[in-house]
Amino acid sequence: MSRVLAKAVVLLVFVAACSTGSNTSSNQSFSGTTIRVVTFTGPQIAEPLQRRAPDFEKATGAKVQIITVPFSDLYQKLLTDFATKTNSYDATVFDPQWMGDYVPSGYLEDLTDRVKNDSALNWNDIAPFFRDFSATFKGHVYTVPLDGDFQMVYYRKDLLQKDGLQPPATWEDYISIAKHFQGKDLNGDGKADYGSCLAMKRSAQSYWAWISIASAYLQSQGTKQGAFFNTDNMQPLMNNPGAAAALDVYKQLSKIGPPEQLNQDVGDSRGLFVTGRCALSLDWGDIGPLAVDKAQSTVQDKVGAVILPGSKKVLDRSTGQLADCTATLCPYATNGVNHAPFAAFGGWSGAINKAAPAKTKDAAFAFLSYMSQSAQSSVDVTIGKTGFNPYRTSHFNNMGPWTASGMSEQAANDYLGAIKSSLQSPNMVLDLRIPQTAFYQQTALDTALAQFLAGEISLTQCMTQITNQWNSKTDEIGRASQLDAYRSSLSITK
Amino acid sequence: MHASARAVSAAASWWRPMASRLDRVAGGVFILPAVVVILAFSIFPLLSSLYVSLSRLGFAQGGVELKFVGFDNYAKLLFGIDRPHFLGVTGPLTPIGIAVLLAIYGLFALLLYRYARGPNRTIGGLVGRVLATAIAGTLVWLIVNTVLTSGRPGTLVVTLVYVAVDVSVQYLLGLGLALLVVQHLPGRRFFRVVFLLPMMITPVGVAYLFRMLVDTSKGPLYPLWAHFGLTDISWVTNPWGARLAVMVGDVWQWTPFIFIVLLAAIETLPHELVEAAVVDGANRWQVFWRITFPQILPATITVVLIRIIEGFKIVDLPNVLTNGGPGTATESLTLHAYTIWRALDIGGSAAVAYMLLIVVTFVGIAYVNLFRPRAAAAA
Repeated sequence: MSRVLAKAVVLLVFVAACSTGSNTSSNQSFSGTTIRVVTFTGPQIAEPLQRRAPDFEKATGAKVQIITVPFSDLYQKLLTDFATKTNSYDATVFDPQWMGDYVPSGYLEDLTDRVKNDSALNWNDIAPFFRDFSATFKGHVYTVPLDGDFQMVYYRKDLLQKDGLQPPATWEDYISIAKHFQGKDLNGDGKADYGSCLAMKRSAQSYWAWISIASAYLQSQGTKQGAFFNTDNMQPLMNNPGAAAALDVYKQLSKIGPPEQLNQDVGDSRGLFVTGRCALSLDWGDIGPLAVDKAQSTVQDKVGAVILPGSKKVLDRSTGQLADCTATLCPYATNGVNHAPFAAFGGWSGAINKAAPAKTKDAAFAFLSYMSQSAQSSVDVTIGKTGFNPYRTSHFNNMGPWTASGMSEQAANDYLGAIKSSLQSPNMVLDLRIPQTAFYQQTALDTALAQFLAGEISLTQCMTQITNQWNSKTDEIGRASQLDAYRSSLSITK
Repeated sequence: MHASARAVSAAASWWRPMASRLDRVAGGVFILPAVVVILAFSIFPLLSSLYVSLSRLGFAQGGVELKFVGFDNYAKLLFGIDRPHFLGVTGPLTPIGIAVLLAIYGLFALLLYRYARGPNRTIGGLVGRVLATAIAGTLVWLIVNTVLTSGRPGTLVVTLVYVAVDVSVQYLLGLGLALLVVQHLPGRRFFRVVFLLPMMITPVGVAYLFRMLVDTSKGPLYPLWAHFGLTDISWVTNPWGARLAVMVGDVWQWTPFIFIVLLAAIETLPHELVEAAVVDGANRWQVFWRITFPQILPATITVVLIRIIEGFKIVDLPNVLTNGGPGTATESLTLHAYTIWRALDIGGSAAVAYMLLIVVTFVGIAYVNLFRPRAAAAA
């Protein structure tokens, strides 16, 4: 018996020696370090992090622990953890809009020098918008972009071609195409399908879709004009004929779609679209790769994507009225249509807790850099369930991974073209990034939109309610400081 | 032997006063851990959340700060910007509304009058009852003016409706099932277990279950909806449909609780009384109403009180089923507090939670005072 034990001990020592040997042979500089990364309950975003963590551990020795919490809780979980100095998270993959709260409070590590000195990260390959907006706050880099976010419109190419229709250029077009297909069988299963599928559920990710619509009416003079507040006095731009037109479009769309639409989140609308039940949808880049996913999609190579529809009439801020686009009113219009592509959310980005131990911070940065490096991200952005959308120049130029994922070259060009034209637009709408953005959008705007769709409040009441709630919060925090934050969030060099 | 006995008695004479002193403080010592635990986990959080409800959270370098703002958070809910959300919007009274108001106020007046003329009246009791009637009257006025008019109910009224409807239906169903199961029916042991199952499921699971069931376009009941041509109708996008879905889910989950308590109460009843009544020629209804019901009244009052208190805290079902939507139609008070808290307005959230505490305490005390004498009389 004791001989067996002795043999086992010898074997264990041998195995341990071997593993130490292999440690020293590869670059195990972070051996013994554990990085706790918090993000939202997946499968999106968490999936690629979880999938790649073991490879990273093999390469560097650092153990990566991915902690997930529901999206609606992530903001306050992080803030509570930072503020109470619990520091149970070393890094986070989060919404860069919240930098407005986290950076001034000194919770996030300044990454400016790290990104400069990391040649493998290839910082300049990341598209300028994501470098300057999603990653930078008041001139300093705080995040590593892992995802590129624009909302755009997806359409069923086969159906539109068959009926001789063009993809929507304006929201009126979108509505008329949706009405055309509503109630028809679009996937050959004998059941009536829907003209348009949108996420309209409350306390979810719905309000971004409304901002995508409103952008076309509210911003026409370029990014720095802003689409949320007047940049002189911080008065909300939510009570005017432009906002009213967008609300009207939104209400109409709530009636051209699945009966459950008011209770559907993006997961539901994506599922309906890729199973062929909708002619149109409005979403982030996710539908593109999902549509070629053989496991769930029945619309492979039947999907087209275009930049967000625009409007021929925009809000003239000098008169406060809707006016037809002219060369001075809409300098960036194409064919008289003002497009204002909305960089909704800004893309999931990685940041590091300033209070984490130095070695953990180094390991966390190495992990975020590893996730963002082209070798990894070029593949991840082509997989639907990662939730990661293209954000590097190499993602747009290197077609290999796209065709390898099963997208036809034309579909890939179409999809990337829609994102590229949004990314290059001088009239792109930046998402809100001021202190307590979560209240302005997730609470006040989201509730008012849900109440308006449900018929609890009228269009006028909805606009007044948003304006009053926003003004009350602005005055609570301080109008001057909020105005300063809003202005500095817009003054980026593109 | 003799010497040792003397030593013992000497020790006893020294020990006796010590022991009696210990006896006196023992109670305090034994209870101390419990007091400390209650202070630490109940009283302290209660007081600190009261302070939080009077303050506003701000961000400061390296942390957060709480700024005292007095009753601002409460004023916002009752008179300010959040009033439509919390209390609802009133509309012009309809004839039905007026009739309901008159009927309920008449009932209140009658109850007060009977107490004032009754033999057990005291000044304190009368003042308490007038106060309770005034508060109850205000709540009834709010419910009638927001539900039975073109207005819309706020989260307070929605919660009151949930509690009133859920607890009544749960009680009727639970009592009915308990009465059925005590009959000597075949398979009653099996049903006794089956009826308990919904209570064992986590509320979030129940919510997801009902979310699938009410989905007319794809859920498991799709063939049923399709058969009746109802696939274009959605339960959860209509305010009352969505509230109904929440209430059906809650009734399904919590009826078993009332069922099990009432079953235990009915099973322990002595048979002699019922047998005597049957011999005297009482019919089934008379046996139930005159004998069974009065005897299970104490259990009834307790179980309904527990369900009322629990019912006020409903959050899982509306949150998972509709996220409080469509609009704010299914939002309960707890969900209201949670929604505000998520944007880190913890002052506003604590204020909503305190309003909930006040309402629950009022309803609980009024309920106990109304029914306790009856239970005592019945027993």
